[in-house]
Amino acid sequence: MYSCIVIEKVVEMKDASDENTRRKLWMSVMAKAPKGRVSELLDATMKRPEFTWLRAPEIGSTMVRGRAGGTGAPFNLGEVTVTRCALRLHSGEVGHAYIQGRRKADAEAVALVDALMQSDIADLVDTTILQNLENDHAAARQARAAKAAATKVEFFTMTRGED
Amino acid sequence: MQTDKLSGGFDHPAIQSAHAFRSVMEAMARPGTVQDIHGAEPPTLLSSAAGSVLLTLCDADTPVHLAGELDCEDVRAWLAFHTGAPIVGPAHCMFAVGTWVTLTPLSLYPIGTPEYPDRSSTLIVECSDLEQDGVRLKGPGIQSIASLSLPEVDPFQANHSLFPLGLDFIFTSGSRIAALPRSTEIF
Repeated sequence: MYSCIVIEKVVEMKDASDENTRRKLWMSVMAKAPKGRVSELLDATMKRPEFTWLRAPEIGSTMVRGRAGGTGAPFNLGEVTVTRCALRLHSGEVGHAYIQGRRKADAEAVALVDALMQSDIADLVDTTILQNLENDHAAARQARAAKAAATKVEFFTMTRGED
Repeated sequence: MQTDKLSGGFDHPAIQSAHAFRSVMEAMARPGTVQDIHGAEPPTLLSSAAGSVLLTLCDADTPVHLAGELDCEDVRAWLAFHTGAPIVGPAHCMFAVGTWVTLTPLSLYPIGTPEYPDRSSTLIVECSDLEQDGVRLKGPGIQSIASLSLPEVDPFQANHSLFPLGLDFIFTSGSRIAALPRSTEIF
């Protein structure tokens, strides 16, 4: 069952100061996590809490917009496949998930983590799941940067003795 | 937390919205008939029928006007989560919901233009009851003559006289709907 999600997302550089900054961070980290990673960390941490669906996982696409240099006029960068869902834990917290790709099982795990991050075990979830994801992310960036650095060519000019 | 505003959508969106769409289409195609429609459990101010119609027909491209006491935090949040439809005033809406008293006068709503008669509003009128008697209807989709309980007569006759411009109406009550397109003659 596929339905079309149409969301315009404007990616802008802003001063990060609003109240949802922390939540935006963890939503971002989980949205970009590789397949199965959030589920794996969640299951390693705890037994999954019981929940009811507010919106069962569905797949659609969203237009990502960008601004050249972060300040230019907005342009459409391209469409990204997105899976989203929303659920409510039996203890009352509501979790949402918007993740990259067609991954319904992962969307469920991400929504669970989002809900748990608003509950009283937020610290445990933060250290066992989100910190690990952030470390993964940092390591991946570093590996990529190292790979690129290895191909760097140093140009230098010999003194030509003209002056 | 805002949990109740988030529940009450379709459990199986593809199937339930197809059923609901079929009901709306049947009601519109055969004015004077009353159809069952269900699936949505909106906030208490809205009937299940009106909620199902909104979930089926509205999305981010269809501005909705909430008339009277429906324009409250609960309904706004429910509609935003389930449909993403922007809330606007009557002059710019594609759909308007409310009781007959709160929706009138009809002159507030766009009736389309001669080039684009489709750029008009559809009014979802919450009624206490729907009966297949009252004023008599004639026109496309009605073999001989049909009857429907309307809240008033004159505004609908005036609306029909604007054809091909004009408004379309969906009447909702509990989990039942009926419809009155602009093409139907009332007498």
